Amino acid sequence: MLNALIGGVLIGLAAVWMHASLGRVAGISGIFAQALKPPYGKALWAIAFVIGLGVGGWVATAGLDAEYARMALDPLTLALGGVIVGIGTRLGSGCTSGHGVCGTARLSKRSIVATMIFVSVGMLTGTIVHGVLA
Amino acid sequence: MKLVAALFGGAVFGAGLVISGMTEPGNIIAFLNIAPGWNAALIVVMASALAVTFIGYRLLAGRSAPLFDDAFHTPTKQQLDPRLLTGAVVFGVGWGVSGYCPGPAIVGTFLLDERALIFMVGYLVGVGIYELADRRFTTPALTDG
Repeated sequence: MLNALIGGVLIGLAAVWMHASLGRVAGISGIFAQALKPPYGKALWAIAFVIGLGVGGWVATAGLDAEYARMALDPLTLALGGVIVGIGTRLGSGCTSGHGVCGTARLSKRSIVATMIFVSVGMLTGTIVHGVLA
Repeated sequence: MKLVAALFGGAVFGAGLVISGMTEPGNIIAFLNIAPGWNAALIVVMASALAVTFIGYRLLAGRSAPLFDDAFHTPTKQQLDPRLLTGAVVFGVGWGVSGYCPGPAIVGTFLLDERALIFMVGYLVGVGIYELADRRFTTPALTDG
């Protein structure tokens, strides 16, 4: 639980930092889309943020003994989940970070509604796929 | 300076995702699957991230511009539309199926977790399908992030 709290605070601090320094929403699906979108010189900050995710993840993994039990997942489930999340986050203009943290923190009606929907649908789907059918 | 700031922001975010356990899809599935042994830790992650961001945004509210840019790029869209609602439903399905959302999957890919890698291949295909359909059927939409 302490790790959940520390990790959550770090995520929040990163979101505040992105707003304070660059005036950007720390929405990862949106930033990733900007990093991918040509012309590439225009959104170098987005590419730097994505690389930073990897650097921070690596440092945290190397420096901390935060070991979580690994769940085996079927490759087809993962790939299919990826396709669905790719379509959904672009269509809905955001994911857990953009809507769930940043948008909800600035009390955006769109983000609050989107977050309530994807958490509810996620729970329904998770309970069916990994509970009822598993 | 912009690049250093973005790299730093990404690094803090990535570290937070790893420490909180978000990069382990099993933790996410244990939260989304309402069953005995339900994992409530994700609520702590979301609530603490949200509380810090809420306070931080308010402390910065008086500023006219961020440190390293001319203006804030905060989304301005207000109204709920079918794209937002449908997208949120679709994303929720994919999240519940795989236990991955984009952030943890990107971090996991950098950490060479093969589960994250497979998810990201699918994710790129999904983004590609969206871009093709979007170009074909509609005018570009503003993004919330």
